Amino acid sequence: METISAASQLFQFIVTGLTVGAIYAMVAIGFNIIYNVTEIINLAQGEFVMLGGLIMVFMHVTVGLPMILAFVTAVLLVTLTGMLLDRLAIKPIRQPSVMTLIIATIAASIVIKGTAMLIWGKSPYDLPAFSGRTPIELGGVIIQPQYLWVIGFLVVVTIGLTLFFNRTILGKAMAACADNPDAARLVGINVQYMVLLSFALSAAIGAIAGMTLTPIALMDYDRGAMLAIKGFGAAILGGLGSFSGAVLGGLLIGLIESLGAGFLLSGYKDAYALIVLLLVLFLRPSGIMGNFEVTKFKRF
Amino acid sequence: MLRIRKAPMGVGAIFILLFPWVAERLPAIEHYPDLMVFAGIYCLMTIGMSLLMGYAGQISLGHAAFYGIGAYASGILTTQYNLNPWLCILIGSAAATAVAVVVGAPSLRLRGHYLAMATLAFGIIINIVFREEAEWTGGPDGMGGIPGLDIFGYSFDSIHKYYYLVWIVVAIAFFFTIRLIQSPTGRALRAIHASEAAASAMGIDISRSKIVVFAFSAILASVAGSLYAHYMNFINPSTFDTLFSIKLVIMIALGGMHTIWGAVVGSVLFAFLSFEWLHQFGEYEIVVYGLVLMMVTIYLPEGLVGLPGRIAQRVRR
Repeated sequence: METISAASQLFQFIVTGLTVGAIYAMVAIGFNIIYNVTEIINLAQGEFVMLGGLIMVFMHVTVGLPMILAFVTAVLLVTLTGMLLDRLAIKPIRQPSVMTLIIATIAASIVIKGTAMLIWGKSPYDLPAFSGRTPIELGGVIIQPQYLWVIGFLVVVTIGLTLFFNRTILGKAMAACADNPDAARLVGINVQYMVLLSFALSAAIGAIAGMTLTPIALMDYDRGAMLAIKGFGAAILGGLGSFSGAVLGGLLIGLIESLGAGFLLSGYKDAYALIVLLLVLFLRPSGIMGNFEVTKFKRF
Repeated sequence: MLRIRKAPMGVGAIFILLFPWVAERLPAIEHYPDLMVFAGIYCLMTIGMSLLMGYAGQISLGHAAFYGIGAYASGILTTQYNLNPWLCILIGSAAATAVAVVVGAPSLRLRGHYLAMATLAFGIIINIVFREEAEWTGGPDGMGGIPGLDIFGYSFDSIHKYYYLVWIVVAIAFFFTIRLIQSPTGRALRAIHASEAAASAMGIDISRSKIVVFAFSAILASVAGSLYAHYMNFINPSTFDTLFSIKLVIMIALGGMHTIWGAVVGSVLFAFLSFEWLHQFGEYEIVVYGLVLMMVTIYLPEGLVGLPGRIAQRVRR
């Protein structure tokens, strides 16, 4: 009896870990989309997640729009925020360097977070789960239906992006910018527009992550920074720029966190994944699946 | 960049010397020396960080950790072991150096975004340790009863006395930093900033130079932490969180990261902004910081220190 409950406890931690990990993976994918086109690490990525959750709550709970409509409006509004971020905070910088761009995205994230605090205050908000909260029990493991939504969205986003980058002209043009912006410009691709598009796409994915997360873990103005750090960690762990790496890194960080908090000291929940991340960086500076090309920097 | 002009230093020294005397006589700015104590403490940290970021081109988003290591070393060793506070400052610096070398050696091989992530993660981990090891640190509630500083029976028990103490330490740090910039290590640093490959080809030991600067900035941050602890007599983990690491970067970007003067100007300005001028915004002050930082990165990439040169250029044209 004792061993069975221990096993089901382990599976419970794995299930929650994978769910949270799927969120981190989506944040990491958002990092990678912008990074691939611009080599910018957008530290405001977590704010898209926060905004997605809070705007959805506002649209669905406060305004009373149906779930699907609220979902779409929230994605659109956050996408718009992402585009504004590129145009107002990133594009005007005349002498971009890794350091100034990191500072610029930090500045933007502070502004977005502060504005969210002005609008929504400091209290956390709840959102009804997409398909109710009746848990599914599977051999002693309790699975919230929302967990399936989170993982489902990760699968949809990953497949969608793969198709987008491999099958559509627009996606291929973006991939070309990632590969060699000068050559892309030569064949007539509007690189500026691709940069804007990368911010839009990455904001939309961040918003989706936030909206699926809110019914599980609530949402407040202050959540963005930690989500960005974990997502950044996931992207680094998987090797910056790699989408399969982002998914793997995200799930891994979610698992480490959930198992660490479950079996070791729970107060160090946020530390475990970061310690593993530091060790990986020290032993293999390009991440698990990354190549070694990490130093060059694209200019626009 | 290499030659440090004497005139601004003289003006700065006289200003610092006379400031409390003037402030005392003007009721409106009577409390400014208290702000200047914090400005000095920030200054110590940003001087080291500007060397790291502006001169060596290495970003750190985790320097609040070293600030915390100094503060907690002083706090724990004085209250729980009754050690001499000055000895604690030394022990704190030694601990910070050790941590900086252990973390810095592998981290500083990383570049750009990877280094940013490593330092960010390091800062968060250390902050979690401060929060969780409540037996030592008092946990999230913090720890009080940290004694003030005195030397040979002379106690730094008033704001004005502490003000002079802090700024003397800043002056010492300032001169040490200038010496370091003008030394072969300093030249090596600038070479690394320009091109690591070229520097390496000329026989510069890149990792050694980077670690020296990282450790030096860690020592300054640790001393700043100790001074903070002995001044406030109370510390808690939220003083040393990632937001503070980011505020340090704001100070340096604000003042200008390519000269030490930028660090000084940025820290003093930031202390006044956060404790005095933006105080009325309450918790919304953070939005203003964000906007200021955004404006500075766009319109003033050299920081405020670069402003006179820019105006002069405009006028001449």
